[in-house]
Amino acid sequence: MSDPSTRVQVRKTYKLYIGGAFPRSESGRSYVVTDHKERFAANAALASRKDARDAVTAARKAFPGWSGATAYNRGQVLYRVAELMEGRRAQFVAEVRAAEGLSAAKAEAAVDAAIDRWVWYAGWSDKIAQVRGSSNPVAGPYFNFSLPEPTGVVAVLAPAESSLLGFVAVVAPAIVSGSTVVVLASEPHPLPAVTLSEVLATSDVPGGVVNVLTGRVAEVAPWLASHMDVNAIDLTGADDALRVELAIAATDNLKRVFRPHTPDDWTATPPLNRMLAYLETKTVWHPAAT
Amino acid sequence: MPRVCAAQGIQPVTVTATTDLRGFLHGLPGVDRVGAEGRAAMLASRSIKTTAKQWALDMAISMIDLTTLEGQDTPGKVRALCAKARHPDPADLTAPHVAAVCVYPDLAHIAASELKGSGIHVASVATAFPSGRTSLDVKLADVRYAISSGADEVDMVIDRGAFLAGDYAKVHDEIVAVKEACGETHLKVILETGELLTYDNVRRASWLAMLAGADFIKTSTGKVTPAATLPVTMIMLEAVRDYRDAHGRQVGVKPAGGIRTAKDAIRYLVLVNETAGDDWLDPDWFRLGASSLLNDLLMQRTKMATGHYSGPDYFTLD
Amino acid sequence: MPKFEYAPAPESRSIVGIRESYGLFIDGKFTDTVDGRAFKTISPATEEVLAEVTEAGPEDVDRAVKAARKAYEPWSALAPAQRSKYLFRIARIIQERARELAVLESLDNGKPIRESRDVDIPLVAAHFFYYAGWADKLEHAGFGPAPKPLGVAGQVIPWNFPLLMLAWKIAPALACGNTVVLKPAETTPLTALAFAEICQQADLPPGVVNIVTGAGDTGRALVEHPGIDKVAFTGSTEVGKQIARSCAASGRKNTLELGGKAANIVFDDAAIDQAVEGIVNGIFFNQGHVCCAGSRLLVQESVYDEVLTSLKRRLGSLRLGDPLDKNTDVGAINSAAQLAKIRELSDIGEAEGAERWSPPCELPAHGFWFPPTIFTGVSQAHRIAREEIFGPVLSVLTFRTPAEAIEKANNTPYGLSAGVWTEKGSLILRMAAQLRAGVVWANTFNRFDPASPFGGYKESGYGREGGRHGLEAYLDV
Repeated sequence: MSDPSTRVQVRKTYKLYIGGAFPRSESGRSYVVTDHKERFAANAALASRKDARDAVTAARKAFPGWSGATAYNRGQVLYRVAELMEGRRAQFVAEVRAAEGLSAAKAEAAVDAAIDRWVWYAGWSDKIAQVRGSSNPVAGPYFNFSLPEPTGVVAVLAPAESSLLGFVAVVAPAIVSGSTVVVLASEPHPLPAVTLSEVLATSDVPGGVVNVLTGRVAEVAPWLASHMDVNAIDLTGADDALRVELAIAATDNLKRVFRPHTPDDWTATPPLNRMLAYLETKTVWHPAAT
Repeated sequence: MPRVCAAQGIQPVTVTATTDLRGFLHGLPGVDRVGAEGRAAMLASRSIKTTAKQWALDMAISMIDLTTLEGQDTPGKVRALCAKARHPDPADLTAPHVAAVCVYPDLAHIAASELKGSGIHVASVATAFPSGRTSLDVKLADVRYAISSGADEVDMVIDRGAFLAGDYAKVHDEIVAVKEACGETHLKVILETGELLTYDNVRRASWLAMLAGADFIKTSTGKVTPAATLPVTMIMLEAVRDYRDAHGRQVGVKPAGGIRTAKDAIRYLVLVNETAGDDWLDPDWFRLGASSLLNDLLMQRTKMATGHYSGPDYFTLD
Repeated sequence: MPKFEYAPAPESRSIVGIRESYGLFIDGKFTDTVDGRAFKTISPATEEVLAEVTEAGPEDVDRAVKAARKAYEPWSALAPAQRSKYLFRIARIIQERARELAVLESLDNGKPIRESRDVDIPLVAAHFFYYAGWADKLEHAGFGPAPKPLGVAGQVIPWNFPLLMLAWKIAPALACGNTVVLKPAETTPLTALAFAEICQQADLPPGVVNIVTGAGDTGRALVEHPGIDKVAFTGSTEVGKQIARSCAASGRKNTLELGGKAANIVFDDAAIDQAVEGIVNGIFFNQGHVCCAGSRLLVQESVYDEVLTSLKRRLGSLRLGDPLDKNTDVGAINSAAQLAKIRELSDIGEAEGAERWSPPCELPAHGFWFPPTIFTGVSQAHRIAREEIFGPVLSVLTFRTPAEAIEKANNTPYGLSAGVWTEKGSLILRMAAQLRAGVVWANTFNRFDPASPFGGYKESGYGREGGRHGLEAYLDV
């Protein structure tokens, strides 16, 4: 017989994160998330196409403010996210262990890598223009320069495995230069992403810059891939067959499609490609004469 | 009909068409937005304390055009506003009265009768405020109605459509006609800077209004956002300063709308002080178009006198 | 008597805790001198003594360099991502202590609190943030796949932007994996010593940053010490040349950021009100103690009267006085020595026949003060048009055409900065292309950002600080 004074835990309700708020799915549905031992962990919100639509609207609304902020400001905000993640390190380690069945050491390494990944991307905000932009020596009395600019609203399918580090690794590069994101978390392991939304909500990230949906990739992703107000899509979290379907749907408005060809090693320092994928290049000419 | 205008340091020139007005207005020095906003922001960081703050609070109160311009205005509402104008703080009769009360023309007669003998002006909007979108005849009739109802100040709106379409002569001639209909009545010309959008436009519209005879230039109707801002008001203060240097005639400035706190009001006074100077630090030459501002000024005034923070329950709602 | 008198609005000094005396910061600790002596640092606004500081002797410098050398191996071997986090910590602590640092800077330097609060300290934090982010991205900086640090850097900085100059030196050096020994100017050591405390708060490994206070002799001992791999100097052209000579003899890498005599060029189609602000900002910001100050106004003859009238009127609203008053625009001159130099050159200006003008200005009884001053009727041949005064003194010259403006602007051994005021885009770009200056400000002036490379042409020095380019000085490339 258990001790009558044993404390009963207050368990968290895992909701969506849209426009800076935490709504349930408008469909009222949820789905069962299990831990690595197939035990019940939580009922996560099961996002519908309407939630995806609302998330895109929120992301679009947040785009002018976020892309209009200085690069310095965005870098500060991303660094603040890392600070708050560090504060919740123990919570994240526990959630990642439960979800993926990692050892304590491996879970800690994954969480530390996720925090350090935010810091790495935070430091790119005010440098990517210097690496990617240029002044171009055209043959004529013109000043000519090329600038990278954020593409707009990016839909991201987070990897199924690597519930926190993988999630961070696909979301941070999309927002660092000013684009805003609708991300579909890992379908089997969505809970660390939802906890990360709580960090985003309390870390000066404006509402709508990152919107987190949980649910079935096969159900929600096609709606994002075909949405005419989404400018780019990261297909990482989709399996091969679905990737083809989504890539085709994305062509209706010529979305920029990021389609990794080799499996990602989430622990390695990434190349620049995930940032560059969401940058347009604007070239400006101006005469130079008295 | 020839219009005479002069740029700084240049002999007066007679202009006879919109193209000449355009040449003059577009020949004024441009305004660099980033630089102008930087200057306004620096002035907003001035720290006004103790005796300076006391002086500024009282001056700000005495510069207020206490305003109600709502479709739902009634005689009762206007009477209450006028009582507030005369005695802003019933608990402290040393508080100065405001400069004017500002109402729609059909309620001007109520304000005139309530404010008789108080020294507080009766300002009425006119010319199909706030949009100005009607014929000149109707606008002039509106002005005459306001004046015959007892207004001693008229706040008109310029035709922003004509301005943005480049028809400067039309804008100019309307102001001239309204001024003529005003006679001795004091004319404020509302530029509606929130619709003009660029500082270059604000500078040009300011000069245009002054050349046409405005007694005051005013930022906004308060019905469009943004209304008054510090940089816009700074541009207008520069304009009246330069105009007086060129023509010898002093024109007043009134920012209106969006000025809610005592801190805002004091910032405007700093702006006047360091842009146009002492001559404009007077209710005859600078007004604040506001309504809820008054209570915040009174609250700050009380705090300075008593030493602790006050609350809204201690100040009357009109 | 003006209608609207601003009452005193003093920033409180109570936020700052200044010790009675400071030792040297070596190997992560404050330590007493072995062969130096004590000297005092004063407030130039009141001449009161703020603290006693140590003048490091040659043995002290040697200790510091050895500490930096010992710390270099582990510091440069640290994973770059971990190194970057130390710099992020420092940036954050600077933000946390921003107000305290601003008050301390104004006390020790004499600059208005509004400037140290709104310009200096925010830029200090920003420099550390910016370079923190480069530490683990050097392979993308355009210097090869794996650029290496140089070793121990000896850094000597001036008194005009004490903590900011420290940030410009230390942030990129550390980000690239170097360790440093830094000597702040003798009249402004206090914020560098506060920075030493910040390094301790950030748990920066001992020896990575060492601060040796002192004057010219200490600086010389540092830059000539055989144990350092790199010299970085900001200061006068005269001293810069001495350092260049000594480094030429030893083959040591060095970067120099020296003096200037910048031309601020106003065309007849300028946005006049903003141009006047830019002129004022260009020469009276920081009391004109700015290497890139717009100390020569080149105004197009056709708008001369308009600009000068407007400028003189604007100078009438400049507020000179107590640096800790939040409404002060013009603070104290940094030292008696500098004040004497400014007076000397101004007297020469008058003697040369230029016309001198200042707005009416009440100077406080104690401290070092000089009113904002304009010289008109100046020509290129006048000494006040050629020599850096480093004070709130503007020389006004005229020009007729853009070509003449370029000629006059470039006709100087200096080449640090220039200003161009016109609403015409193509003119701006053409002028920028032709001006022989490391920084060209168009329709603005004295704007700084850690992402923006800064440095001079010709005798204004070589090397750039800020931006991706600023990494080069601290890498073995």
